[in-house]
Amino acid sequence: MAKFKGAIVVDTEKCKGCGLCVVSCPTAVIELARGVNGKGYHYAHMANPDACIGCSSCGLVCPDTVITVYRAKAS
Amino acid sequence: MGDVRLMKGNEVIAEAAIRCGCDGYFGYPITPQSEIMETLMIRRPEEETGMVVLQAESEVAAINMVYGGASCGKKVMTSSSSPGISLKAEGITYLAGAELPALIVNIVRGGPGLGTIQPAQSDYFQAVKGGGHGDYKLIVLAPASVQEMNDFVDLGFELSFKYLNPAMILSDGVIGQMMEKVELADYKPRWTDEEIEKISGSWATNGKKAGSERNISTSLDLDSAKQEVFNHKLQAKYRAMEENDVRYEKFECDDAEYLFVAYGSSARICQKSVELAREKGIKVGLLRPITLFPYPTKQIQEMLGQVKGILSVEMSAGQMVEDVRLAVNGKVPVEHFGRYGGIIPTPEEVVEALEEKILGK
Amino acid sequence: MTATTEINNIISEENLVYKKTSVLLDNEMHYCPGCTHGVIHKVIAEVIEEMDIQDKTIGVSPVGCSVLAYNYLDIDWQQAAHGRAPALATATARLMPDKYVFTYQGDGDLASIGCAEIIHACNRGENIVVVFVNNAIYGMTGGQMAPTTLDGQVTATSPYGRDCGSTGAPMKISEMVSLLPGTRFVTRQSAETAGAVRKLKKAIRKGFENTREKKGLSFIEIVGTCSSGWKLSPTQSNEWMKENMFPYYPLGTLKDE
Repeated sequence: MAKFKGAIVVDTEKCKGCGLCVVSCPTAVIELARGVNGKGYHYAHMANPDACIGCSSCGLVCPDTVITVYRAKAS
Repeated sequence: MGDVRLMKGNEVIAEAAIRCGCDGYFGYPITPQSEIMETLMIRRPEEETGMVVLQAESEVAAINMVYGGASCGKKVMTSSSSPGISLKAEGITYLAGAELPALIVNIVRGGPGLGTIQPAQSDYFQAVKGGGHGDYKLIVLAPASVQEMNDFVDLGFELSFKYLNPAMILSDGVIGQMMEKVELADYKPRWTDEEIEKISGSWATNGKKAGSERNISTSLDLDSAKQEVFNHKLQAKYRAMEENDVRYEKFECDDAEYLFVAYGSSARICQKSVELAREKGIKVGLLRPITLFPYPTKQIQEMLGQVKGILSVEMSAGQMVEDVRLAVNGKVPVEHFGRYGGIIPTPEEVVEALEEKILGK
Repeated sequence: MTATTEINNIISEENLVYKKTSVLLDNEMHYCPGCTHGVIHKVIAEVIEEMDIQDKTIGVSPVGCSVLAYNYLDIDWQQAAHGRAPALATATARLMPDKYVFTYQGDGDLASIGCAEIIHACNRGENIVVVFVNNAIYGMTGGQMAPTTLDGQVTATSPYGRDCGSTGAPMKISEMVSLLPGTRFVTRQSAETAGAVRKLKKAIRKGFENTREKKGLSFIEIVGTCSSGWKLSPTQSNEWMKENMFPYYPLGTLKDE
């Protein structure tokens, strides 16, 4: 059981669906959505939210800075 | 009388820069203007006024240093001679496109190519009609004496800040190398940060102030509609210069039946030619454009009621003559006389040309 | 407690660990998906915020994809002619010695047309930070060969692969400038993983700290990707970069004085 529990918020309209957050995530939380945003990009989203540890890797590598990361101690 | 000295034209440019509160000079050696930077290096203005003087790696780098310095709202300048000005042409059009004030001194030598190191006026087109790409104009001042070399440094900065447009002193090797009596200006302190904020705060890139918009110094706008609006703004500025800042001098024009039009060192020669011609009974006057842009078009037109012909005298194969012809618009004959490749015409040659090309008609 | 409720509980101000810095403007970046420029812009913006130098920093943007860098960082900017950013920065830093001046340049801008300006700015030891983004290709003009294009690399102007016999070898600019006494800090970084981004941020911070201490020129090369120019996906580009770019352009600090 991870010590921390995390969550991310993606600004889906600004996401370009590059997928760099997907490969950066150590716990395979993020996937590109089947649907698209207003610009036609398959935006990133938390497909497996339970696994998120709030490490910020996705936020750091995101070229468009569309990811905000939160982290709380696991209860 | 203030501080009166016997000095070379090029040395005076340096002295005038220090005294007018110039913040930075960025240059590259080229004959016949190297004394400008040499004088600055000897004078060490860094210690006296805090003015920065730097020998750049090329003319290209020097004009881009001017772009950087001008972007900060500072009074900055460069100097060069013809082949070097060609290299600076890129930076000059960027300055015009970014609406930046700066002073560029061109001590013209004969061309094309590497040409000669002797004086010429064959860069009129480059200074007045373009040189770089795009629809832009420089404010062009043409000194005819060492005193005007002094005066036009301060005037050049004044006009360039008035219009937010680069200004050029278009001189030549005659005046650059000539020694004459000059009354130097009194020292003006360099602008303080507070003064710069007042004068240029709305555009200078000297650090974004808290609570205000950032400033961006750029000539780029990829939106064509905006780019057209911006070009309209530039053209309106050039029209305002034509309206308000034409400078010229008339000599023996009151009763003139013929007219020389000449600038810079050619105008000095023509002054003697006027005397020689009048001794022969030819009533000729001289109109000397001091600003080559904006050009004294109206002032030439005003002479058309009284003069029967005009000779444009230039040390070129005929460049300014095109502007004289545009002003005259076919109403009287306009001819050109010039020596070039570094040859300076004699006053007698000019009178002969007047007789042959204008009176002979 | 449902999963959604739990996430909603986590998403609150006190649990915030990573968000966009305020120095980065809200303008949507024009860069292609996955472009390294975005990460580098963000890192510079974060350093500016953390050092509290937003009112004292002047950026000089190049010609190339990052010509519009001034649309993204909320600081004063100068936009330079192609390759000339170090000349602008030279005058700006000398005329305003209390400011933080950086150039942001790509490989075409810095290593090709601006080679003279960068070498001489480095040699003079101008008190500036140079951010050099090396993705081995001209991006904005459509993927042409750059001085840093690898041997055999296919580009729009080396369609059969770069032939070093005729075009010269890829230029190792960091190695070149590290030989000049005017440079104080020369490092080559990347930005493809969270770890790399953290290291890059430290390097950029060190550059600006050097400016504060009037140490001279800090040269920070970032090996990045150009997925459009390389004709690979963003994730494939990172793999290609690791396999091909890193062996030729090894990461690490070349000089720190």
